[in-house]
Amino acid sequence: MASSELATAPNMKRSPTSPRTLFSSVMTVVTFACAALALIPLVAVLSYVLINGASSLRLDVFTQLPPAPGLKGGGFGNALVGTLLTVGIASVLSIPFGVMAAIFLAEFYRDTKLAETINFLTNVLSGVPSIVIGAFAYALVVLSTGTFSAVAGGFALAVLMLPTIVRTATEALESVPGDFRQAAIGLGATRFQTTLRIVLPAALPAIITGVILAIARAAGETAPILFTASTSRYWVRSIWEPTATMSRLVFDFATAPYERQQELAWAGSLVLVTLVLATSILSRWIVRKR
Amino acid sequence: MATSTSRTAMPTQRSNSSRLLDKGFVWVTGAFAIGVGLVLLAIAYRVGTDSLPAIQRFGLGFLATTRWSVNDEVFGALTQIYGTLVTSFIALLIAVPIGIGVALFLSEDYLPPRIKQPIVFLIELLAAIPSVVYGLWGIFVLIPLLRPFGIWLNANFGWIPIFSTAPAGPGIYAAGIILSIMILPIIAAISRDALVAVPTEIRQAAYGLGATRWETIFQIILPAAFSGIVGGIMLALGRAMGETMAVTMVIGNSNSIDLSILSQGSTVSSLLANQFAEAGGLQVSSLMYAALILFGLTLVVNVLAELIVRRFSLKL
Amino acid sequence: MAPELQNARKTDTVFRTENLNIYYGDFLAVRDITIEIHKNKITAFIGPSGCGKSTVLRCFNRLNDLIQSFHMDGKLFYRDQDLYAAEIDPVEVRRQIGMVFQKPNPFPKSIYDNIAFGPRLLGYKGDMDELVERSLKQAALWDDVKDKLKEMGTDLSGGQQQRLCIARAIAVQPDVILMDEPCSSLDPISTLKVEDLLQELKEKYTILIVTHNMQQASRASDRTAFFNVEANAKGQRTGYIVEYDRTEVIFQSPQEQATQAYVSGRFG
Repeated sequence: MASSELATAPNMKRSPTSPRTLFSSVMTVVTFACAALALIPLVAVLSYVLINGASSLRLDVFTQLPPAPGLKGGGFGNALVGTLLTVGIASVLSIPFGVMAAIFLAEFYRDTKLAETINFLTNVLSGVPSIVIGAFAYALVVLSTGTFSAVAGGFALAVLMLPTIVRTATEALESVPGDFRQAAIGLGATRFQTTLRIVLPAALPAIITGVILAIARAAGETAPILFTASTSRYWVRSIWEPTATMSRLVFDFATAPYERQQELAWAGSLVLVTLVLATSILSRWIVRKR
Repeated sequence: MATSTSRTAMPTQRSNSSRLLDKGFVWVTGAFAIGVGLVLLAIAYRVGTDSLPAIQRFGLGFLATTRWSVNDEVFGALTQIYGTLVTSFIALLIAVPIGIGVALFLSEDYLPPRIKQPIVFLIELLAAIPSVVYGLWGIFVLIPLLRPFGIWLNANFGWIPIFSTAPAGPGIYAAGIILSIMILPIIAAISRDALVAVPTEIRQAAYGLGATRWETIFQIILPAAFSGIVGGIMLALGRAMGETMAVTMVIGNSNSIDLSILSQGSTVSSLLANQFAEAGGLQVSSLMYAALILFGLTLVVNVLAELIVRRFSLKL
Repeated sequence: MAPELQNARKTDTVFRTENLNIYYGDFLAVRDITIEIHKNKITAFIGPSGCGKSTVLRCFNRLNDLIQSFHMDGKLFYRDQDLYAAEIDPVEVRRQIGMVFQKPNPFPKSIYDNIAFGPRLLGYKGDMDELVERSLKQAALWDDVKDKLKEMGTDLSGGQQQRLCIARAIAVQPDVILMDEPCSSLDPISTLKVEDLLQELKEKYTILIVTHNMQQASRASDRTAFFNVEANAKGQRTGYIVEYDRTEVIFQSPQEQATQAYVSGRFG
């Protein structure tokens, strides 16, 4: 059939100047602009940290004590050790606590009122400002021991890490297929054996991912450290005395008037950012590999 | 558990110790789980009791007094509460439209997934950068960059109260802008989840009726995702109100209240960050009182956000 | 309508395709579709699952444009207009050619706003209440919902939701209505109601319906196209039209062996 015999179709042509089309085009441009605008600060922060940090990042900054005001040289060796120490204490406190709680929430009391309530409280806890958690740790540890200490800082960071660990571990355990459990229970395993030998190993990579992310975030936190671990110009000698940390050092030196200290603040930032970026990429890689 | 390897010796009954271990394990994990729930209450309790002396001394007047004098032992947190609310408001004003724009950009089919995924990841990274690094960048990059703009605002729009002072460098506006960068990823990520969760069938129905992309977005998709987006905004608001380091580093930490956003100010969290380490006596108690107020504010916002997000996720 | 349009020679052909090949990326989903769709008739597409009948249907209102990997060659005319010509706006196409989907998909809005959505987009100036009532009556839903127009469309039963979707499609006064297995998620009673509705609707509209239900095709349609699918060496399954004719021919005296086998229920 030739097309001349067909009835005429209504006009369906594009008209780029009609208000509807015009509005759509403008909004699309606006959206692209939003995305570009959102990425500018990321690029700006990362590039400044990289450029300013790398220029003063030499090997000896990792091994030396901070310079006295106005002097050259020095580093943040003690702060690096202090961060490892406080984050280590925080991990020892929060990881077993969080994983045990997650086992209860995911394995034994899943979908109960109690579990729902605890999940709710956990989510709310993750929204409590870190500075308030610092105040809590100050009241609980600093006031009762009479001194700023790595333990007080570690305790504050542990409270901060706890919700992340509980949540990721609960999700990891819940995503282990039910068949595994049924198979184990069918063989006569107790819940203890099933959880420890079957479910936990299967969920382990995902739990580790969550823990790594929580540790990286904690290492960059400053507010809860300020008046719990406080700071120190010396190497760590005991977990019961004021302890320097990387994030606190960046804060102090950023607001200091001396050029060398500001340089170290940038170098310290680069270390913190590298840590966060590396763990984020690593965890993403682990997730994708699975 | 079998103590012998011989087949006939397979025990038919679980030993008492095994049963006890099993039961004990459940109990122990239960204790930890309840412990997690109690942490929140413990924070409220401990911060609350430690602020009692200040509550008894100043009562609700604490919220309406701008004076914070260590020497005279007179404490009021109005300046800081005002600063917290204003900086958070500025942050939302900037981050909400851009964040929703980003969410739309990432939920629509503008880009193939292979390019989209890395962008989602990059925006998530924005949330992972430590607060203190934003503060450092704010001091040395953002403030010098903003200053000419602030001077221009004051010169041309100085008759508007919020631009009525000459910018000194650090100030409320710088804190608001830094906060907007920090909460943007939260709004973008949660809004994107809410938008993606809108069923494709509904989207296709709108297209099938001859709606354009943006008619579909404004009239169908955004309304359907509304509660999820609001939940995300509330979470971001909670984050902004509690954010400490970056704000402390760029706000100027002045203890006087001024309507102008170009002036220096302070927030509840910056007050705590600056004074806690060297405080004593009634000052500690007053700081605890301020912390309790911040805790209460963020708690209300976060609980609302949690309820909204939860209701929204149940519905879909 | 403008006088020159009324004077134009009308035929009863609404759609005409020439050698349509439809691809998703490199994958040839449907090949060699050449078919004519007649005005005010119900045309059914039947065939085993995966034969591409829904894919072909969605070409007629350019809904496949929303799938990024989709592309197509061949010609598809709507009346005298090449639907895939560069200057054609798919949004305008969908205003002329409405669609009812497999799963009822009312908007999460009131019943009234569901119907009024399309007309409002097009800047309808007339009496909206009257249009809503007329559309609901045409879709045989008015009596069910006339007292609760402000309630959510999503709160209706499945069968009512699907009739709401039909009313919504009618409200913009399209020329053609495409239906993609509209009864597959409905119970038998609702299915019969929708089928009765189709007979009334074809007075005013041209209807294309995809169905996996052969009784439905034989009961409700005037013309039927039987699709089949074949796999190539790589295991990719490509759909094609085996036979297209009046419905009674397809079901009673098909020319092709495969059609005979399918309609008598021996495979599929």
